[in-house]
Amino acid sequence: MKIVTGNDLKTGDVIWWSGGETWSRHLGDAIDAGDEAEAVAAREEAAMRVNVPYIVPCEQSDQGPMPLHIKDRVRAFGPTVRADLAINTNIPIVKG
Amino acid sequence: MYQYDQYDQAMVDARVAEFRDQCERRLKGELSEDQFKPLRLMNGLYLQLHAYMLRVAIPYGTLSAKQMRMLGHIGRKYDRDYGHFTTRQNIQYNWIKLEDAPDILADLATVEMHAIQTSGNCIRNISSDQFAGAAADEIADPRPWAELLRQWSSFHPEFSYLPRKFKIAVIASEEDRAAMRLHDIGIQLVHNDAGELGAKFYVGGGMGRTPMIAPEIRDFVPADELIHYAEACLRVYNRYGRRDNKYKARIKILVHELGKDEYTRQVEEEFAHMKTLGLNPPVAELERISTYFADPDFDQNAPDDLDMSDPDFRIWVEQNTHAHKQSGYAIATISLKPTGGIPGDASSDQIDLMADLAEQYSFDELRVTHSQNIVLPHVKKADLYALWQKLDAAGLAPANLDLVSDMIACPGLDYCSLANARSIPLAQKISERFADVKRQQDLGELKLKISGCINACGHHHAGHIGILGVDKKGFENYQLSLGGSGAEDTSLAKITGPGFDEDGIVDAVETVTNLYLKTREDGERFIDTYRRIGMAPFKEALYG
Ligand code: HEM
Ligand code: SF4
Repeated sequence: MKIVTGNDLKTGDVIWWSGGETWSRHLGDAIDAGDEAEAVAAREEAAMRVNVPYIVPCEQSDQGPMPLHIKDRVRAFGPTVRADLAINTNIPIVKG
Repeated sequence: MYQYDQYDQAMVDARVAEFRDQCERRLKGELSEDQFKPLRLMNGLYLQLHAYMLRVAIPYGTLSAKQMRMLGHIGRKYDRDYGHFTTRQNIQYNWIKLEDAPDILADLATVEMHAIQTSGNCIRNISSDQFAGAAADEIADPRPWAELLRQWSSFHPEFSYLPRKFKIAVIASEEDRAAMRLHDIGIQLVHNDAGELGAKFYVGGGMGRTPMIAPEIRDFVPADELIHYAEACLRVYNRYGRRDNKYKARIKILVHELGKDEYTRQVEEEFAHMKTLGLNPPVAELERISTYFADPDFDQNAPDDLDMSDPDFRIWVEQNTHAHKQSGYAIATISLKPTGGIPGDASSDQIDLMADLAEQYSFDELRVTHSQNIVLPHVKKADLYALWQKLDAAGLAPANLDLVSDMIACPGLDYCSLANARSIPLAQKISERFADVKRQQDLGELKLKISGCINACGHHHAGHIGILGVDKKGFENYQLSLGGSGAEDTSLAKITGPGFDEDGIVDAVETVTNLYLKTREDGERFIDTYRRIGMAPFKEALYG
């Protein structure tokens, strides 16, 4: 499955596409964009609802879509060394 | 300290206004990200793993208390209450909002600071010895020279689109505290046989994926030809540097490919031409700048003795202070490496406190070191105990300078979008493993440096022990290397063998330090033992 992420233009926050014209700071809200991923990214960037969007390959997990690459899991988590600044601390960084 | 003249201030203010307009146009959608990116980078604003990141230049690592306080203010008002001091003597903020960026730059401009040339293929912030103007072993203060180079390189049109980024370091003592030979140009101030002050030039050093130690290309450049000579070095590079390949574009590759002799020949030819143009600023300008760096008003009668009856204070003095050129004074280093902490991070409150202490005890001055610590350069010995007590109360008195827990660590995968692996958690685990300061002191000088990817921002090539994070099939893995140095005995570390996982690498560090303890001879540091016995015994201990 594929989800779409990027940063909020104004605040720089990491955001995840959660359907239609909505974006969330929580990975758990992200939904599978499937074959539409490219189109969603292009449309949302043009509408300035996201900055520098890209597509993240994921697998399904108990917590919803889970990025395959560690870098995207850290992006969703926040800095793993500052729990006080992290946003999605339930995400497993190191798998397996 | 240098003070902006009306031109400096006007340039910086104009730049803030220009960037404010650019940000507004980006926020309104009049500029696309592709159009805006080079503009924001020219003002130090990156888009990193979690948010925008702002890198602020700290020229040659020197700050006044007022400037330091501004850094604390920016952390508090616009970021998340902290900043990260970097190996290039700069500070980075990790949580900047685009809409705030122009206000931040405007605030910085009020204290003569900016983020210009902290990114991109230009001459970056010039680094220097953190003990400049205070060290007992320096032959001159390198900062006026660094300042002259800063003025020459700021907005220099010919060098604003170099093949790749360009880093210059200036030092003035035999002991190299600035990793000078790992810069694109390393300059060491020296006296010639006639006793005149000039500069020795080393060109083509660097870290990154192809680390190289800069060879010496000239043993003496007179003071009134410094800029001409630097300009000649850059011109040859600007003309022939490998613009076709980002990985071969640094000057180190050019010097390596041409050979030191041919590169030097071309520089000398260009230098001869430059001299006919007579563009070098007159020595009077260097002298004018030097007046800003005059010694503070030292108390000539300050007593030299020190009561070290408090054992914890004694350890801190032994480890974290250095000889000052003025009797009765010491150089004090504030370690930003508490056990389990994040190397180089300081909270806004800590930054404010360090500013207050500089005002109170160090003639208003602070320095940032390339090993991510802060220096109070001019402290009366009689004040050291009071200073230490205040630092200790704020968690700023780890007595570990140059010991194993005084690590350099880049932000790694916790913050950096180029990273393969995290660096900070490793630094934390290693400092916890070696938390006992007596044990660390027994291990002696040990420079451990960690980078989260091959770009080597954490100087792992120059570590007595170096650690590099790599991606092994989606897992973080760490390569261990030994034998590097960024000091006057510059050397590049060699990889021991197959990498380790996060716990394995902490054990591996302990394995090599245990071997050192067993095999060292009198007075040998870790690096000395490694150089004497070579890699084989370490490999044997690690991989059996
Ligand atoms: C988080 C944003 C950062 C990015 C995107 C970044 C990027 C890079 C890149 C691409 C290189 C390799 C340059 C080359 O080999 O041509 C490099 C080198 C370097 N960076 Fe960073 N870096 C970052 C943060 C830092 C930090 C936090 C420090 C200091 C702690 C730092 C200090 C250095 C140093 C010392 C080098 C190696 C020296 C050299 O240029 O050869 N960088 N960086
Ligand atoms: S070494 Fe790599 S991971 Fe570390 S800060 Fe530099 S680019 Fe990022």
